[in-house]
Amino acid sequence: MTTAALELRNLQKSFGKTEIIRGVNLAVGKSERHAIIGPNGAGKSTLFNLITGRFPQTAGEVLLHGQNLAGKAPFEINRMGLSRSFQITNIFPKMSVFENVRCSLLWSMGYKYNFWSMVGRSRALTEGAEQILEQINLTNRRDLPAGTLSYAEQRALEIGITIAGGADVIMLDEPTAGMSHSETDYIVELIRTVTEGKTLIMVEHDMGVVFGLADRISVLVYGELIATGRPEDVRGDPKVQEAYLGAALEAEH
Amino acid sequence: MSNPMKENQITTDPSKPAQRMRAGSLRIAALPWVIAGLALLVMPFVFNDNSAITIMNQMAITIIFALAYNMLLGQGGMLSFGHAVYAGVGGFACMHVMASTDFFEMLPLPVLPIFGGLFGMGLAMIVGSFSTRSAGTVFAMISLGVGELIAACSVIIVAFFGGEEGISGDRTYGMPFFGIEFLHQIEVYYLIAFWLMVSALLMYLFSRTPIGRMANAVRDNPERAEFLGYSSRWVRYYSFIFSGFFAGIAGGLFAINYEIVTEENLNTASSGVILLVTFLGGVGFFFGPIIGAIAFTLLQTVLSLQTDLWAFYAGVLFLATVMFFPGGLAGLLMMHVPAIKMGRASKLVVPYITTLIPALIGILGLSALVEMTFHVRHSSVGDEEMTVFWTTFDSHDILPWAVAIGVTVVAFAVMRMMLPTLRAAWADANATKANTSNGGAA
Repeated sequence: MTTAALELRNLQKSFGKTEIIRGVNLAVGKSERHAIIGPNGAGKSTLFNLITGRFPQTAGEVLLHGQNLAGKAPFEINRMGLSRSFQITNIFPKMSVFENVRCSLLWSMGYKYNFWSMVGRSRALTEGAEQILEQINLTNRRDLPAGTLSYAEQRALEIGITIAGGADVIMLDEPTAGMSHSETDYIVELIRTVTEGKTLIMVEHDMGVVFGLADRISVLVYGELIATGRPEDVRGDPKVQEAYLGAALEAEH
Repeated sequence: MSNPMKENQITTDPSKPAQRMRAGSLRIAALPWVIAGLALLVMPFVFNDNSAITIMNQMAITIIFALAYNMLLGQGGMLSFGHAVYAGVGGFACMHVMASTDFFEMLPLPVLPIFGGLFGMGLAMIVGSFSTRSAGTVFAMISLGVGELIAACSVIIVAFFGGEEGISGDRTYGMPFFGIEFLHQIEVYYLIAFWLMVSALLMYLFSRTPIGRMANAVRDNPERAEFLGYSSRWVRYYSFIFSGFFAGIAGGLFAINYEIVTEENLNTASSGVILLVTFLGGVGFFFGPIIGAIAFTLLQTVLSLQTDLWAFYAGVLFLATVMFFPGGLAGLLMMHVPAIKMGRASKLVVPYITTLIPALIGILGLSALVEMTFHVRHSSVGDEEMTVFWTTFDSHDILPWAVAIGVTVVAFAVMRMMLPTLRAAWADANATKANTSNGGAA
């Protein structure tokens, strides 16, 4: 069996006495599109933050291409080929759109902490950034400060930043949150094309997006995965229906 | 198949003018530097008396220091309250080099500032190793603490800092540089001007390197930068070190220019001044600190000849900048670029004149009132005669007060009356094409 792109082994996280993630086991294969769903407060974002090194886990392991990520800082994890977006739009607002993308290319193009070459002189950088801009359809916004873009455009830019570094494991945290239908369709199409051949792990509330994009789905409820499988299997799973709908009803009351 | 073709044409077209613009801007980019270099060469012939050259020397040193400071504040998002330390230590280091006569005899003076830079850089490497861990409040507090600490050291480690009287030296003991011994102010001017060009150019180029770009990214959003593969801390550390280097250069030039360096060069007051200078000029643009340094040095030198209260006016100006023009003088200038590009800046000229002249008169009136109050409170008993704006009068008389108050109130009232016209003109000059065509239709 080949190593999974991302593997979680008995991952746990507690804040004080409160257990948020209670032993999650999951293996996501190479170039699989995997969605994590679950009711509010299930711990989806916490799980994301554990994987990307934003919080340290209480117990368990996270393996990226078979390598343990314990004790690694976010920038080290990123260098190993994992990139993420955020639930709340997270870009560089005062920099131009082009500059946002160019900065996200620097490390992967080997510039590191270079202070002797001019970024403007590198054709590879400029063309790479322009290619990404074209992919995310923001070419005509190139020189605007990123903070002035519309919400959907900022989300698109964030996806561009996330994929630009050439990471092969992409994690998107609620990429369509707060979007209208047409904007959602646009972003879903964008995600589909830019993650071609890459491993995608996403948290998403919109079931239309989840069932349209994902190869497999995991359902997280109260810090535990109660089901993992192909969309049609998960949809039919009585445990999922009970837990998910039950929690959804609870949330409504 | 025809559809994707069309789409391609549409998406590549807008990028073409952008590329052309960029190629053009590369050519234009050298122009400001050439102009600045020529201006530096010519300046001493325009303002050729000694006091003017002294002012220009001071200005150039402040420019380097302010640019170095803005590598932290404007480009890296680090607010330092103790940056004078790096300039000061650089200055002291150069003084000690000057004092070790055997070595100094073999060293041409123009090379000396490098020692200042290296010492400033070395200190920045030590302090930065713990202060750049985070930006924001923690960084500001550490910078303040370290600043106070080293300023206090100046009376403890007398061997290096020379105690209260500082350390003085003689620049002319250095190895003659092509026969120049730097006896005259004008020779020192060209030495400083040379270092100004070199430092400014290097700092500008630094902002165009990968690490310089990432400094902006870390300033805007340190967490996101981490997820691009960069450690925010290392990016800040590099900016800090380079900033320390150029601050040290400025300190070295100070040592050469004044031949004395004291505790005053590295205390918190000096750190406050450079923050003020940089912010006044504008942190958002590379040339902002240059404008700030020029404006502030003029205030400091020219205004201080006119009034004892120059620091008060500088403070008011700083306050006004923070409150009303956070972009500083540079931001104020750059606000006009869109209107100029659209060729509509001329619409602003008349409204500016009709608003700013009353505003200026009002400000002068207000400053007359400040001066008169100061005179009444502080002049010795019996000295009731004072001179403001070439007019001599009795400051205890009622008439001058009435005139000053009257002029001030009327001037500000006129300014307020004119403001709507200026606002309308501003909106008109900056309206986008879509807006104006709409306006035309309606």
